[in-house]
Amino acid sequence: MSEMYQCPKCRGTMRTYDRHGVHIEQCDNCRGVFLDYGELESLTAMEARWSQQAPPPPAAPMPPAPPAGYGHAAPAWGAPHHGGHHGGHGYGHHGHKGFAHMLFSS
Amino acid sequence: MDLPAPDPPAADPPPGARPRADAPHPSRADALLRSAGRALLPPADRDAVPQVLADRPDGTVLRFGATVLKAHAPGTVRAALEARLDAAAGPALRTVLLPPLPVPVSGRFLAEAGGLLVTAWPAGRPVAPDAPELAPWEQAGALAARLHAVPPPPGLPPMGGPAKVAAALRRLDAAAGTHPAGAAAVRAACATLPAWARGAAEPPAHPAPRLVHGDLHLGQLVRLPGAPPGDPHRGWRLIDVDDLGRGDPAWDLARPAAWYAAGLLPPGPWQRFLAAYRGAGGPALPDGPADPGEVLEVPARALVVQLAALALVRAAREGREPDEVERLVLDACARIAGTAPAPGQ
Repeated sequence: MSEMYQCPKCRGTMRTYDRHGVHIEQCDNCRGVFLDYGELESLTAMEARWSQQAPPPPAAPMPPAPPAGYGHAAPAWGAPHHGGHHGGHGYGHHGHKGFAHMLFSS
Repeated sequence: MDLPAPDPPAADPPPGARPRADAPHPSRADALLRSAGRALLPPADRDAVPQVLADRPDGTVLRFGATVLKAHAPGTVRAALEARLDAAAGPALRTVLLPPLPVPVSGRFLAEAGGLLVTAWPAGRPVAPDAPELAPWEQAGALAARLHAVPPPPGLPPMGGPAKVAAALRRLDAAAGTHPAGAAAVRAACATLPAWARGAAEPPAHPAPRLVHGDLHLGQLVRLPGAPPGDPHRGWRLIDVDDLGRGDPAWDLARPAAWYAAGLLPPGPWQRFLAAYRGAGGPALPDGPADPGEVLEVPARALVVQLAALALVRAAREGREPDEVERLVLDACARIAGTAPAPGQ
């Protein structure tokens, strides 16, 4: 996060995230996402490689694919919306009673 | 010491598990804290009108002014709780764990009232449950890292993560027949876990056992009023020492990892949590930019199984189908059952 931008929609502060080498600006306030020229194409290409990878053959090396795991993408059994262009859209279940229960209790 | 979200009691608590039977509300523990408990409060709070923060089989928590009293679950092992309280009160964790208050007269951290073990704590402000994006994810990561950096004091029991998975599965068995497809997915996902991770065998000896919180979630963070400007965690502290133990610290990261993998938690907060954990020198993850999947895979899968089992129990108790959030962890179980390596790997 080397530079700070202002959100063009709500004037909130944009944070820069790095996803597989692609810089994404996301607004801390409205969770909107800003992509630079060419970044959408980079993400789309990565998504294509990701979907080619599934289902992952055990122990078969797939050099062009991003690493499956918790640092960047979800594990092999992770929810399908990870590892693609939906990252950073915020909490789809915001305000849902079950959501708070899941995050806030044992 | 969670937020006052209702937690599901089971029909038949298995032997050895914390009692989960349906308790009348307000419970006997609640009444006890309001009466005998007042003597344990600092004088300034003794006349305060109590507010119920939690009243469940695994503990009853009432706030009196600036102080919180907790009646621990019946059957809590006194020696283990004492070791946990001593750890939380020690200077090494002063800015990490909320320290217990010494009880008036005895000066100790533990009192007994009506057969229940009672502790007193400074009251803090919890994370707002309706705005998880405002949750202190960085502080949570840093606090976990600081906790894991402290050598585990003697007398602490082993970390109870796998035992909690086993307990959740027993509760699912007790609520059998309510959602057969979901229960089958949970059991199939559970079967992919190594036996030790589901409490069916001794865990492998950890090369460097750490102090582990044992029940880390957003309800376990409070912000202390009046923290000094130089406070390393801006006043945020971890609460609830009831599951404090020694073992593999990766289990404290497993629940957020499970939320992330199941699609409950977006990548942003997860990355902030992880980066803060690494930045504070958290020892659970490998050094460098390596993917943490290797150390998190088994505990995160175990937590998905645990969360899904308890979600089915809750839905069954409330006589409804699993809701959309509960379905996320059930779907994750189905995917685990299809993709995870065979037990023993």
